[in-house]
Formats: sequence, C-alpha cells, structure tokens
Amino acid sequence: MSDINPFVILIASIFTSNMILSNFLGMCSFIAVSKEIKTSLGLGQAVTFVLTGTTIINYLVYHYLLVPFNLEYLRFIVFIITIAAFVQLVEMVVERYLPTLYYSLGIFLPLITVNCAILGVSLFMVIRSYSFIQAVAFGIGSGLGWLLAILAMSGIRQKMKNSPIPKGLQGPGITLIITGLMALAFIGFSGIVRIQ
Amino acid sequence: MINILVTIGVISGLSTILALLLTIADVYIADYGEKKIIINGEKELIVDGGNTLLSSLVGSSIFIPSACGGKGSCGYCKCKINNGAGPVLATELSYLTDEDQKNNVRLSCQVKVKEDMEIEIPEELFNVKQFRAIVEEAQDLTDKIKFLRFKIIDGQEISFKAGQYVQLIAPAYPGNKEEVYRAYSIASSTKHQDYIDLIIGYVEGGILTTYVHKHLSKGDEVSFNGPYGDFYLQNTDAEMVMVAVGTGMAPIRSILYEMLDKGINRRAVYFFGARSKDDLFMLDEMKMLEENLYDFKFIPTLSRPQEEDDWEGAKGRVTDAIAEYLDEAPNREAYLCGSAPMIDSTVKSLLTKGFSEDRIFYDKFE
Repeated sequence: MSDINPFVILIASIFTSNMILSNFLGMCSFIAVSKEIKTSLGLGQAVTFVLTGTTIINYLVYHYLLVPFNLEYLRFIVFIITIAAFVQLVEMVVERYLPTLYYSLGIFLPLITVNCAILGVSLFMVIRSYSFIQAVAFGIGSGLGWLLAILAMSGIRQKMKNSPIPKGLQGPGITLIITGLMALAFIGFSGIVRIQ
Repeated sequence: MINILVTIGVISGLSTILALLLTIADVYIADYGEKKIIINGEKELIVDGGNTLLSSLVGSSIFIPSACGGKGSCGYCKCKINNGAGPVLATELSYLTDEDQKNNVRLSCQVKVKEDMEIEIPEELFNVKQFRAIVEEAQDLTDKIKFLRFKIIDGQEISFKAGQYVQLIAPAYPGNKEEVYRAYSIASSTKHQDYIDLIIGYVEGGILTTYVHKHLSKGDEVSFNGPYGDFYLQNTDAEMVMVAVGTGMAPIRSILYEMLDKGINRRAVYFFGARSKDDLFMLDEMKMLEENLYDFKFIPTLSRPQEEDDWEGAKGRVTDAIAEYLDEAPNREAYLCGSAPMIDSTVKSLLTKGFSEDRIFYDKFE
C-alpha cells in the first residue's frame, strides 16, 4: 500500500477516507461546535493545522525513536503525549504572536488535544506504513477533510434552525442522523480512489 | 531487564524534553512584561502581564465578586474594560447580554492582561478587603441560631453600609474537603469598625453553618472578606417598614443601630416572624431600641405559638401581620430580609398596601 502517490492520498483522505464521514473519528467536537459556520471554520482550521504538525512530529518520533528501540507498542501513549505538548506549545505561540488568529481559534486549541481524529491519523500513518511525504499529505488531507465535513454540517445546521424538528431529536440527535446521511452521500466518492 | 530500563528511559526522556520545551516557552513566550491597569481613570496598578484580569486584581487586593473561582462558569466577575481587552471570547458569550457587549462589559476571569488596560470598577469594591479576626463572642440565641462577634485582629478597619454582607470562609474541616465561602449580613452598627456581628442559623448538612455551629468557638481565628451588596439603608426621610424572618434579623439590626448612632429620625415599624416564642431573640435589644429611637415599633409575629407560650401578640406569618397592622399610606420605604418565598409573598402584600416597587429593598437569602 505504501507506493501510492502522495497527491492521491491527499485527495483520498479528503473525500473517500474522510476522518468523520468514513471513519467516524473526531465526532465529539464535530457535534458540539458545528452550530455556526464561523466557529466551525475556526475549529476546522485549527484541526487542519494541528493535524499536519502532529503527523510530522509523530512520524519522526515513531521512526527515529520508537522503531530503533523496538518500542512500537508504546506508540499510543507517546503519540498522545506529543499531541498534548504540541497543542500547548502552539497555543502559547499563537496567543503571543498572532493575537488575531488566537481570538478566532485560540479557544478551540485545547479542545483539539482530545480530538480522536488527531490520534487516529497518527496511528493510521503507522499502520499503513506511509513514507514521510505520504504521511504529510495524509495529515493535511485528513485535516481538510475534517474541515470540509464540519463546514458542511454547520451550513446544514444553520439552515435547520428554523425547521420544526421533533423535540427528542433536537441537537445531537438530528446531527448524528445528518452525519449518517452525509456519510452515505460520501460513499459516492469511494469509487474514485481507495487508500484503506 | 535492559528492555524495561530502555523503555522507561525513552518515555521519561521524551516527556522531559517536552516538559522542558513547554517550561522554556512559558518563561520566554508567555512573558508579557509589566503592564499598567488604570482603574476608573485615576488609580494605577502595575501587574505582571499574561494572567487573567481577575487574578491580577486579586493579587493587588481588589476583590471582584466571583463564585466559581475564575472558571468562567458563574458570570459574577463582570467588569467594564474600556481599553486593552481584545475581542470578546467565545467562552464569555453566554454570560454577556447585548447591552453588556455594547458597554464593554467583560468577564474578568477570561480576559488576560496582555497590554495596558483601562477598566472601571464600582467604587464600593475598593472597600472590599480580606480580614482576619477572632471569635470574641459566641452565644446561642435560640437552639438553631447563633450570635457571633468577630474582632478584627490584622489591624484593618471595616467600613460598610448598614445592611451589607460579608463572605465568611470555612476552612477544610473533618467532613469538608475544601475552603467554602458563604455570604452573611453584618448585624452590627457601622460605628464599630474593629468588629462585626453575625447571626447565623444552623442548616442540617450546611457546610458553613455546620462549621460555625459545631466547630467554631470563642477564641478561634476566622477569615472573611467584604463588604458587598446593594441592600442598605437609603438616605431619605421616608417612613420605613422592615420585615424579617429568623436570621434576617441581622441586616435590620445593623440598620436600626445605624439610625440610633447617627440620630436618624424616621418613623419605622419592624415585623419579625418566628415559629414560636422559643424562636424569638434579641427582645431586650428591640425594647431598648423602641425606647431610644425616634418612633420605632417592633411587632413580632408567631406562626405557630405553643400553648405554654401564652402569646398575646400578632399571630400568623409576617404577611398576616402586615395585613392586620399596616395602614395604607404613600411614600414609604420597605426593607425585607429572609428566604426567597417570604420575600416574594411580602412584596406582594406590600404592593397592596400602596408601596411602589422601586422603594421596596430586599436581601434574599438563598
């Protein structure tokens, strides 16, 4: 599987192997923060950025630290530690030097630490034994895919604000159902490329 | 064996490097230097930047009320920031009304001091201080209500308005894991700035009331901060109607002593509700006040007088006493203190007696 063109991986991780719509990872913030387009755009951008960064770091840590010492089985813990530290660091830097960016997505950064899509991408990268370039493409693609999904969802939810939804289904309930429908729609892309 | 050591080494090495990186970043990147906070256009504070406004102010002994301790979940620490706060954060939005946002009102526990700021704080809050005191007097008024006198021992003086309250701090004690604050009205005269009196009832299972009733005795040290509150004696000469139940006696007592000490000559009547004669207290003091005040009448009313009480005074709840003893008259002020249901029903019955709503002042005990 590891000789796929990185560009193909990029496109595939946006459409056919979308983190949310085909792997159902990163659902909690996807459901919680998809009420408005503006905030979900902020969160989506932050996720894309952190995904790219952590994938690169975790690739290096895995191949140059864990593999040489035969500690591959520790990857879960190690990945989580690096993700947490990276997010913390990014938050500090953004808060200090990019105040405008901080005000638009700063508060979402801590939320990302516990986004399972981030850990998921790092683990998939290992399982599918990607090369460095492939891993980077996969990270960026997955982030963009996540951004696309949450943007689409928030668009739908904004339209839905005035719709008569049965009481028991309001909020997370209807969101999950719509996510399912969106996932069905995204199956339409699955014939294009396949990476999993 | 070597495997285990290598594993531990790698993991701790990695964690150490990351922790080190974060620490260095915290020292160099999150260092905002000293920032200036200008309060109400006159007072200047120099603080280390990077912390929240709330903690910076507390660090400079300015206590903005906050019940959640800066977690952004109570919305009490609102503060007007005219300059230097940056845009409103999403974490504040649920606590700020549209009007708040128009007036630059922000949550001081969420806003960080990253540049010089200009803020506005109500003048009263400058008065709020933290006090250390010892229990000088502790006596049982009834089997459920205790009178306490806290003598301030840290050299400060408390200046407050008659009717305001302080927050008493209960430290951790067996059965209570962490520090807890609760509000109690000051019952003493504003003339005495070196001590305060509190009247505290016992609530089954209440953290602070248990502390006061079971753990606190004469000579013990306590801490409190204050004064707070917008329930206090107004500076008018209208006739006054005061209504209180149980420990609601406290702020009313303070108001009565204020009138006595400052020679305020206003007609006043005070309805005090209790269950039976055993629940009445401070009758001597009320008698003394009736004799010495300009025109003051104390009307205790018992909701369940016992047979052996031999009670000839007013019967029923305070609202019944109001219906029976209070005439309709314009231009009066009312001061109420007690539980929420008691306040709500009393306000209703006062409105039927010709009171206007904006002249009914009350302190609801939650």
